[in-house]
Amino acid sequence: MDTQLKLWEVFIQAKNGGNHIHAGSVHAADGSMALQNARDIYTRRSEGSSIWVVPADEIVATQSGDNESFFDPADDKVYRHPTFYIIPEGAKQI
Amino acid sequence: MIKQNELLNIVLRLGDTALLHGQRLSEWTGKGPILEEDLALTNIALDYLGRATLLLKYAAELEGNGRSEDDMAFKRHENEYHNALMVELPIGNFADTIAKQLILSCFDDILFDQLKKVNNEKISEIAYKAHKEILYHKRHAKDWTIRLGLGTTISNSKMQEAIQTLWMYIDNLFDIENIQKLDLADGTFFSLEDIKSKFKIELQNILNKATIKLPDSDFSLKDIKQGVHTEYLGHLLTEMQFLHRAYPEARWV
Repeated sequence: MDTQLKLWEVFIQAKNGGNHIHAGSVHAADGSMALQNARDIYTRRSEGSSIWVVPADEIVATQSGDNESFFDPADDKVYRHPTFYIIPEGAKQI
Repeated sequence: MIKQNELLNIVLRLGDTALLHGQRLSEWTGKGPILEEDLALTNIALDYLGRATLLLKYAAELEGNGRSEDDMAFKRHENEYHNALMVELPIGNFADTIAKQLILSCFDDILFDQLKKVNNEKISEIAYKAHKEILYHKRHAKDWTIRLGLGTTISNSKMQEAIQTLWMYIDNLFDIENIQKLDLADGTFFSLEDIKSKFKIELQNILNKATIKLPDSDFSLKDIKQGVHTEYLGHLLTEMQFLHRAYPEARWV
Protein backbone atom coordinates (compact mmCIF):
# COMPACT_ATOMS: atom_id res chain seq x y z
CA MET A 1 0.00 0.00 0.00
CA ASP A 2 1.41 3.37 -0.98
CA THR A 3 1.51 5.65 2.05
CA GLN A 4 3.24 8.49 0.20
CA LEU A 5 1.57 11.80 -0.48
CA LYS A 6 0.47 12.68 -4.01
CA LEU A 7 3.18 12.75 -6.69
CA TRP A 8 3.88 15.96 -8.60
CA GLU A 9 6.21 16.64 -11.51
CA VAL A 10 8.36 19.79 -11.23
CA PHE A 11 9.29 22.15 -14.06
CA ILE A 12 11.71 25.03 -13.47
CA GLN A 13 12.35 28.14 -15.55
CA ALA A 14 15.90 29.34 -15.02
CA LYS A 15 15.62 32.79 -16.56
CA ASN A 16 12.70 34.97 -17.52
CA GLY A 17 11.35 34.00 -20.92
CA GLY A 18 13.09 30.62 -21.05
CA ASN A 19 11.43 27.23 -21.12
CA HIS A 20 10.31 25.45 -17.99
CA ILE A 21 12.46 22.34 -17.86
CA HIS A 22 11.53 19.13 -16.08
CA ALA A 23 13.67 18.91 -12.93
CA GLY A 24 12.21 15.92 -11.11
CA SER A 25 9.33 15.11 -8.84
CA VAL A 26 8.12 15.74 -5.29
CA HIS A 27 5.50 14.27 -3.02
CA ALA A 28 3.06 16.73 -1.44
CA ALA A 29 -0.49 16.94 -0.18
CA ASP A 30 -1.49 19.91 -2.33
CA GLY A 31 -0.17 22.46 -4.83
CA SER A 32 1.09 24.94 -2.29
CA MET A 33 3.13 22.32 -0.45
CA ALA A 34 4.39 20.96 -3.76
CA LEU A 35 5.70 24.39 -4.77
CA GLN A 36 7.55 24.83 -1.50
CA ASN A 37 9.02 21.35 -1.61
CA ALA A 38 10.09 21.87 -5.22
CA ARG A 39 11.76 25.13 -4.28
CA ASP A 40 13.62 23.44 -1.41
CA ILE A 41 14.75 20.45 -3.39
CA TYR A 42 15.40 21.79 -6.88
CA THR A 43 16.49 25.40 -6.48
CA ARG A 44 19.08 24.92 -3.76
CA ARG A 45 22.01 26.38 -5.58
CA SER A 46 20.85 28.33 -8.55
CA GLU A 47 18.22 31.00 -8.99
CA GLY A 48 15.09 29.79 -10.64
CA SER A 49 12.66 32.47 -11.67
CA SER A 50 9.57 30.31 -11.91
CA ILE A 51 8.40 26.87 -10.79
CA TRP A 52 5.49 24.86 -12.15
CA VAL A 53 4.18 21.78 -10.39
CA VAL A 54 1.72 19.43 -12.04
CA PRO A 55 0.07 16.37 -10.48
CA ALA A 56 1.81 13.43 -12.09
CA ASP A 57 -1.45 11.78 -13.07
CA GLU A 58 -2.46 14.87 -15.11
CA ILE A 59 0.44 14.31 -17.46
CA VAL A 60 -0.47 12.53 -20.66
CA ALA A 61 2.57 10.73 -22.03
CA THR A 62 3.41 8.62 -25.05
CA GLN A 63 3.54 4.88 -24.49
CA SER A 64 6.88 3.26 -25.33
CA GLY A 65 5.09 0.82 -27.63
CA ASP A 66 4.03 3.76 -29.83
CA ASN A 67 7.59 5.08 -30.29
CA GLU A 68 7.98 3.56 -33.74
CA SER A 69 4.78 4.93 -35.21
CA PHE A 70 5.15 8.29 -33.45
CA PHE A 71 8.78 9.14 -34.07
CA ASP A 72 10.43 7.01 -36.77
CA PRO A 73 8.84 8.36 -39.98
CA ALA A 74 10.49 11.79 -39.54
CA ASP A 75 14.06 10.41 -39.77
CA ASP A 76 14.33 9.35 -43.41
CA LYS A 77 12.54 12.29 -45.04
CA VAL A 78 15.34 14.79 -45.51
CA TYR A 79 13.04 17.22 -47.36
CA ARG A 80 11.23 17.85 -44.03
CA HIS A 81 14.30 19.29 -42.35
CA PRO A 82 15.37 22.89 -43.06
CA THR A 83 19.04 21.86 -43.35
CA PHE A 84 19.60 23.54 -46.72
CA TYR A 85 18.74 27.02 -45.45
CA ILE A 86 21.62 29.12 -44.13
CA ILE A 87 20.56 31.14 -41.08
CA PRO A 88 21.61 34.82 -41.38
CA GLU A 89 23.90 36.29 -38.68
CA GLY A 90 21.26 38.42 -37.02
CA ALA A 91 18.77 35.56 -36.59
CA LYS A 92 21.04 33.18 -34.69
CA GLN A 93 18.79 32.70 -31.68
CA ILE A 94 15.78 31.43 -33.63
CA MET B 1 23.29 57.16 22.19
CA ILE B 2 23.73 53.44 22.60
CA LYS B 3 26.96 52.23 24.19
CA GLN B 4 29.28 49.84 22.37
CA ASN B 5 28.77 47.19 25.02
CA GLU B 6 24.99 47.47 24.86
CA LEU B 7 25.03 47.20 21.07
CA LEU B 8 27.31 44.15 21.31
CA ASN B 9 24.83 42.41 23.58
CA ILE B 10 21.96 43.08 21.21
CA VAL B 11 23.93 41.65 18.28
CA LEU B 12 24.84 38.63 20.41
CA ARG B 13 21.18 38.21 21.31
CA LEU B 14 20.28 38.03 17.60
CA GLY B 15 23.31 35.95 16.62
CA ASP B 16 23.11 33.41 19.43
CA THR B 17 19.40 32.88 18.91
CA ALA B 18 20.03 32.18 15.22
CA LEU B 19 23.02 29.93 15.98
CA LEU B 20 21.26 27.71 18.49
CA HIS B 21 18.05 27.47 16.53
CA GLY B 22 20.04 26.46 13.44
CA GLN B 23 21.85 23.87 15.52
CA ARG B 24 18.60 22.42 16.85
CA LEU B 25 16.96 22.32 13.41
CA SER B 26 19.99 20.52 11.99
CA GLU B 27 19.13 17.64 14.34
CA TRP B 28 16.38 16.76 11.87
CA THR B 29 19.01 15.67 9.32
CA GLY B 30 18.04 12.22 8.14
CA LYS B 31 15.07 12.11 10.50
CA GLY B 32 12.42 14.12 8.67
CA PRO B 33 8.94 12.57 8.54
CA ILE B 34 9.08 12.67 4.73
CA LEU B 35 12.05 13.32 2.43
CA GLU B 36 10.81 16.74 1.42
CA GLU B 37 10.57 17.88 5.04
CA ASP B 38 14.07 16.57 5.76
CA LEU B 39 15.28 18.94 3.07
CA ALA B 40 13.01 21.80 4.07
CA LEU B 41 14.01 21.77 7.75
CA THR B 42 17.71 21.45 7.05
CA ASN B 43 17.51 24.22 4.43
CA ILE B 44 15.93 26.42 7.08
CA ALA B 45 18.71 25.42 9.49
CA LEU B 46 21.29 26.57 6.97
CA ASP B 47 19.53 29.92 6.61
CA TYR B 48 19.80 30.41 10.38
CA LEU B 49 23.45 29.40 10.51
CA GLY B 50 24.16 31.87 7.71
CA ARG B 51 22.46 34.61 9.67
CA ALA B 52 24.40 33.60 12.79
CA THR B 53 27.69 33.79 10.89
CA LEU B 54 27.05 37.38 9.81
CA LEU B 55 25.83 38.49 13.23
CA LEU B 56 28.57 36.80 15.23
CA LYS B 57 31.18 38.20 12.86
CA TYR B 58 29.84 41.68 13.59
CA ALA B 59 29.73 40.89 17.31
CA ALA B 60 33.39 39.86 17.23
CA GLU B 61 34.22 43.20 15.58
CA LEU B 62 32.30 45.13 18.23
CA GLU B 63 34.03 43.13 20.94
CA GLY B 64 37.40 44.08 19.49
CA ASN B 65 39.39 41.16 20.90
CA GLY B 66 40.39 39.68 17.55
CA ARG B 67 38.04 36.73 17.86
CA SER B 68 36.45 35.23 14.76
CA GLU B 69 32.81 34.25 14.30
CA ASP B 70 33.89 30.63 14.82
CA ASP B 71 35.47 31.50 18.15
CA MET B 72 32.27 33.25 19.15
CA ALA B 73 30.13 30.29 18.16
CA PHE B 74 32.22 27.44 19.54
CA LYS B 75 34.35 28.71 22.36
CA ARG B 76 32.13 30.63 24.72
CA HIS B 77 30.72 29.25 27.96
CA GLU B 78 27.05 28.74 28.69
CA ASN B 79 26.63 31.95 30.62
CA GLU B 80 28.14 34.00 27.81
CA TYR B 81 25.36 33.16 25.37
CA HIS B 82 22.61 35.76 24.99
CA ASN B 83 20.02 33.79 23.04
CA ALA B 84 16.27 33.68 23.59
CA LEU B 85 15.45 30.67 25.79
CA MET B 86 13.00 29.03 23.40
CA VAL B 87 15.66 27.97 20.92
CA GLU B 88 17.41 25.80 23.52
CA LEU B 89 14.45 23.46 23.81
CA PRO B 90 14.72 20.03 22.16
CA ILE B 91 13.22 19.65 18.70
CA GLY B 92 10.53 17.30 20.01
CA ASN B 93 8.18 15.87 17.41
CA PHE B 94 7.25 17.46 14.09
CA ALA B 95 4.45 19.49 15.67
CA ASP B 96 6.82 20.83 18.33
CA THR B 97 9.26 21.92 15.63
CA ILE B 98 6.56 23.54 13.51
CA ALA B 99 5.04 25.36 16.49
CA LYS B 100 8.43 26.71 17.52
CA GLN B 101 9.19 27.77 13.95
CA LEU B 102 5.81 29.50 13.70
CA ILE B 103 6.35 31.52 16.86
CA LEU B 104 9.95 32.42 15.99
CA SER B 105 9.11 33.36 12.41
CA CYS B 106 6.14 35.54 13.37
CA PHE B 107 8.38 37.29 15.87
CA ASP B 108 11.38 37.56 13.52
CA ASP B 109 9.19 38.82 10.67
CA ILE B 110 8.20 41.89 12.64
CA LEU B 111 11.53 42.28 14.48
CA PHE B 112 13.72 42.18 11.39
CA ASP B 113 11.30 44.32 9.41
CA GLN B 114 11.99 47.06 11.93
CA LEU B 115 15.72 46.25 12.16
CA LYS B 116 15.94 47.10 8.47
CA LYS B 117 15.25 50.71 9.44
CA VAL B 118 17.92 50.94 12.14
CA ASN B 119 20.58 53.63 11.80
CA ASN B 120 23.37 51.03 11.66
CA GLU B 121 24.50 49.87 8.26
CA LYS B 122 25.71 46.45 9.36
CA ILE B 123 22.49 45.59 11.16
CA SER B 124 20.16 46.90 8.49
CA GLU B 125 22.10 45.05 5.76
CA ILE B 126 21.81 41.78 7.67
CA ALA B 127 18.15 42.52 8.38
CA TYR B 128 17.32 42.99 4.68
CA LYS B 129 18.88 39.64 3.84
CA ALA B 130 17.36 37.84 6.81
CA HIS B 131 13.87 39.18 6.27
CA LYS B 132 13.54 37.52 2.86
CA GLU B 133 14.43 34.18 4.40
CA ILE B 134 12.11 34.77 7.34
CA LEU B 135 9.13 35.26 5.04
CA TYR B 136 9.79 31.86 3.55
CA HIS B 137 10.22 30.17 6.95
CA LYS B 138 7.03 31.77 8.19
CA ARG B 139 5.09 30.60 5.16
CA HIS B 140 6.35 27.07 5.65
CA ALA B 141 5.49 27.04 9.36
CA LYS B 142 2.11 28.69 8.84
CA ASP B 143 1.05 26.26 6.13
CA TRP B 144 2.03 23.26 8.22
CA THR B 145 0.39 24.68 11.34
CA ILE B 146 -2.88 25.01 9.48
CA ARG B 147 -2.56 21.56 7.91
CA LEU B 148 -1.78 19.90 11.23
CA GLY B 149 -4.48 21.86 13.02
CA LEU B 150 -7.13 20.94 10.49
CA GLY B 151 -5.76 17.45 9.87
CA THR B 152 -6.62 14.58 12.16
CA THR B 153 -7.52 14.52 15.86
CA ILE B 154 -3.97 13.39 16.59
CA SER B 155 -2.26 16.09 14.53
CA ASN B 156 -4.47 18.76 16.09
CA SER B 157 -3.80 17.59 19.63
CA LYS B 158 -0.04 17.38 19.03
CA MET B 159 -0.06 20.94 17.68
CA GLN B 160 -2.13 22.01 20.66
CA GLU B 161 0.35 20.42 23.09
CA ALA B 162 3.26 21.97 21.24
CA ILE B 163 1.82 25.50 21.53
CA GLN B 164 1.01 24.83 25.17
CA THR B 165 4.62 23.90 25.95
CA LEU B 166 6.11 26.91 24.16
CA TRP B 167 3.68 29.51 25.47
CA MET B 168 5.66 30.46 28.58
CA TYR B 169 8.78 31.17 26.50
CA ILE B 170 7.15 33.81 24.33
CA ASP B 171 7.54 36.85 26.58
CA ASN B 172 11.25 36.08 26.84
CA LEU B 173 11.57 36.64 23.07
CA PHE B 174 10.82 40.32 23.68
CA ASP B 175 13.34 40.61 26.51
CA ILE B 176 16.09 42.27 24.47
CA GLU B 177 17.98 44.59 26.76
CA ASN B 178 18.50 48.14 25.53
CA ILE B 179 17.01 47.52 22.12
CA GLN B 180 14.89 50.62 22.60
CA LYS B 181 18.13 52.61 22.51
CA LEU B 182 18.67 51.72 18.86
CA ASP B 183 17.83 54.72 16.75
CA LEU B 184 16.06 54.37 13.44
CA ALA B 185 16.90 56.20 10.24
CA ASP B 186 13.83 58.43 10.63
CA GLY B 187 15.01 59.75 14.01
CA THR B 188 12.66 57.71 16.20
CA PHE B 189 13.70 54.81 18.39
CA PHE B 190 13.18 51.07 18.13
CA SER B 191 10.00 49.96 19.86
CA LEU B 192 9.27 46.46 21.07
CA GLU B 193 5.78 47.45 22.21
CA ASP B 194 4.58 47.95 18.64
CA ILE B 195 6.06 44.62 17.70
CA LYS B 196 4.41 42.79 20.57
CA SER B 197 0.86 43.68 19.66
CA LYS B 198 1.37 42.98 15.95
CA PHE B 199 2.95 39.65 16.83
CA LYS B 200 0.06 38.60 19.05
CA ILE B 201 -2.54 39.43 16.42
CA GLU B 202 -0.66 37.58 13.69
CA LEU B 203 -0.08 34.48 15.81
CA GLN B 204 -3.69 34.40 16.97
CA ASN B 205 -4.95 34.66 13.40
CA ILE B 206 -2.92 31.69 12.29
CA LEU B 207 -3.81 29.56 15.31
CA ASN B 208 -7.49 30.38 14.83
CA LYS B 209 -7.32 29.24 11.21
CA ALA B 210 -5.71 26.02 12.43
CA THR B 211 -8.40 25.59 15.12
CA ILE B 212 -5.70 25.61 17.80
CA LYS B 213 -6.84 27.19 21.06
CA LEU B 214 -4.65 29.84 22.64
CA PRO B 215 -3.45 28.62 26.05
CA ASP B 216 -5.15 30.53 28.84
CA SER B 217 -2.18 30.29 31.19
CA ASP B 218 -0.70 33.52 32.53
CA PHE B 219 2.56 31.93 33.59
CA SER B 220 5.52 33.18 31.64
CA LEU B 221 9.30 33.33 32.03
CA LYS B 222 10.02 37.01 32.42
CA ASP B 223 13.03 39.16 33.30
CA ILE B 224 15.48 36.32 33.10
CA LYS B 225 18.97 37.58 33.99
CA GLN B 226 21.51 37.68 31.20
CA GLY B 227 23.44 34.43 31.11
CA VAL B 228 20.80 32.30 32.82
CA HIS B 229 19.57 29.45 30.65
CA THR B 230 17.40 26.34 30.60
CA GLU B 231 18.87 22.99 31.58
CA TYR B 232 19.12 22.11 27.89
CA LEU B 233 21.81 24.58 26.87
CA GLY B 234 24.70 22.75 28.53
CA HIS B 235 23.96 19.54 26.68
CA LEU B 236 23.39 21.37 23.42
CA LEU B 237 26.72 23.19 23.64
CA THR B 238 28.58 20.02 24.63
CA GLU B 239 27.56 18.47 21.36
CA MET B 240 27.93 21.63 19.30
CA GLN B 241 31.35 22.67 20.61
CA PHE B 242 32.88 19.23 20.92
CA LEU B 243 34.73 19.06 17.64
CA HIS B 244 36.03 22.61 17.79
CA ARG B 245 37.34 22.14 21.32
CA ALA B 246 38.74 18.62 20.87
CA TYR B 247 40.46 19.37 17.56
CA PRO B 248 41.28 23.09 17.56
CA GLU B 249 43.44 22.76 14.42
CA ALA B 250 40.74 20.99 12.44
CA ARG B 251 40.10 22.46 8.98
CA TRP B 252 37.96 21.59 6.01
CA VAL B 253 40.48 20.32 3.49
